[in-house]
Amino acid sequence: MLGSGIIKGLLETARNFFGSFRQPERLVTIEYPEQQRTVPENNRSFPFLVFDRNDPVKGLRCVSCKICEKECPPQCIYIETEKDSRGKPIKHPKVFDIDISVCMSCQICVEVCPFDSIKMDQTYELSQFSRYDALILHKIDLAKSNEYYHQIKPTEAGLVDEQLAAEREAQIAKAKAAAAIKVAPATASPTPKPPSPAPPAKTEVPA
Amino acid sequence: MVDFASANEPVVSPLEMPTGFHFTPSSEGTVGEGLLEVSMGPQHPSTHGVFRMDLVLDGETVVRLKPVFGYLHRNHEKIAETITYLASIPYTDRLDYFCSLTNNWAYVLAVEKLAGITPPERAEYIRVIAAELTRLQNHACMMGFLTQDLGAMGTPLMYAFREREKILDLVEALTGARMMCNYFRFGGCRTDLPAGWLEQTRQVVAHFPHFLDEFESLLITNEILMARTQGVGVLPRELAINASATGPVLRGSGVDYDLRKVDHYGIYDRFEFRVPLGDHGDCYDRFMIRLLEMRESIKILNAALKDVPEGPVMDPKIKIRNFKPKSGEAYGRIEGPKGELGFYLISDGSTNPYRYRIRPPSLINLTALEDMCIGQKIADVVVILGSIDIVLGEVDR
Repeated sequence: MLGSGIIKGLLETARNFFGSFRQPERLVTIEYPEQQRTVPENNRSFPFLVFDRNDPVKGLRCVSCKICEKECPPQCIYIETEKDSRGKPIKHPKVFDIDISVCMSCQICVEVCPFDSIKMDQTYELSQFSRYDALILHKIDLAKSNEYYHQIKPTEAGLVDEQLAAEREAQIAKAKAAAAIKVAPATASPTPKPPSPAPPAKTEVPA
Repeated sequence: MVDFASANEPVVSPLEMPTGFHFTPSSEGTVGEGLLEVSMGPQHPSTHGVFRMDLVLDGETVVRLKPVFGYLHRNHEKIAETITYLASIPYTDRLDYFCSLTNNWAYVLAVEKLAGITPPERAEYIRVIAAELTRLQNHACMMGFLTQDLGAMGTPLMYAFREREKILDLVEALTGARMMCNYFRFGGCRTDLPAGWLEQTRQVVAHFPHFLDEFESLLITNEILMARTQGVGVLPRELAINASATGPVLRGSGVDYDLRKVDHYGIYDRFEFRVPLGDHGDCYDRFMIRLLEMRESIKILNAALKDVPEGPVMDPKIKIRNFKPKSGEAYGRIEGPKGELGFYLISDGSTNPYRYRIRPPSLINLTALEDMCIGQKIADVVVILGSIDIVLGEVDR
């Protein structure tokens, strides 16, 4: 019969329409500004810088190695290294700017950072009235505490903390070993220099 | 005030400018007696983006059609030659923004071929699951958009978007972003599955056939849809092959060609699924192919979700920074939801690709548009364009 397909389809529409009165799980939308959506842990928006020890200036994990600046695909990061009074660069960023009007939230800075200092935030609702200055985040806007990081991404932050603790322990162990070697030369001086006699040995082989 | 007529330089009329720069909408120049030339787009809502068609009409019938694109050109291929292999992955998300995961996969596959990397088992399973989820949501949306083009204001599209949102929630939980996923890496995947993700995915996949049943009873016997799509925009089998159309457009014309079966990339060998084929090559066939393909995708998903192995998701030997594949060339291709998506890379041994070329399925399928449209009514052009399923981010790159 002509029109039976249309009627069949309209029955489906009617089922959905009246179903939404009876079954609350059919209501898939939320009243956005009043109701906020809970975002999954992996959700990402824009990068921020992690600091430890409640010190947003000195406690930054960033050592200004500029790897993220180099690897960033749209080139939205700008870093200047801090210098001490004699002009020698020290491992701290003087300027760390991210232009979030350019940033495409790709997370590559997070992946390449060897110091776990830059992470992805979950903030949204970032609209501004100005097109230029307000969308460039400076070091002080970017710095957020490790506690905040734990709050938004508990699993990932826990893993990062474990890894950092392991690295710190390894470093301490290495320093201890280095100290032990430093003490050792007094008793046995020729041991730290086994590589130097090796090159002459190479030349002896053909002869 | 300047007197233009007396200026020393000769005044060039737009009509006398050299070929390639003239402003007349049709490339053919004049259109002939009694014909009407219409420029449809680039802001026309039914062109799925910034896409323009120069139509020459005889009454309501299309005599000539010239697709004009490039309004969304972003220089993606040239940019990719100046940045590292890793940094191109987020740009591939922006090609076909409905299926960023399959775009990632095609690019990553090309790099893996170039460098001779085999990803771990678990990563392969995650890739198949992610790609099939992408196919589900792309096809659901495409069917919604097609009915929207037919004049079904909203209802089927909203039903499709409701289901798509469930899949996008899964994708967001997995990759961190709904559409710009940036998830696959050469050598595996970026992160492991979050806790409970497989269970959620199983629930969504188990529910999806209900949506398909609903969609079928809503649409496929609908007389209006049948009248508007059956026998409209017929693409003959020979022409589909000659135009190197791929994906549902080619299979709608009855050619059994699915790269998942032909190319055996990834681990698609291990899954049982059929390749649906059309008989007539019209818009209705292309519409139905998508519906049937979703059923097959669900089969693959059910099988893949059953036995995801434990293990690493990333080859630990691969360092994504300073990645330098040995010099050579590679072409990686996958069966994307829209057709064969291929990446051609030439490496000169440095950190950037020497040449980077994309074979976008939307663009190649679009070349057959004129042949499908000639002799049809202008209202059907919108439907035919919708049945090809283009995304302008991929057409223009």
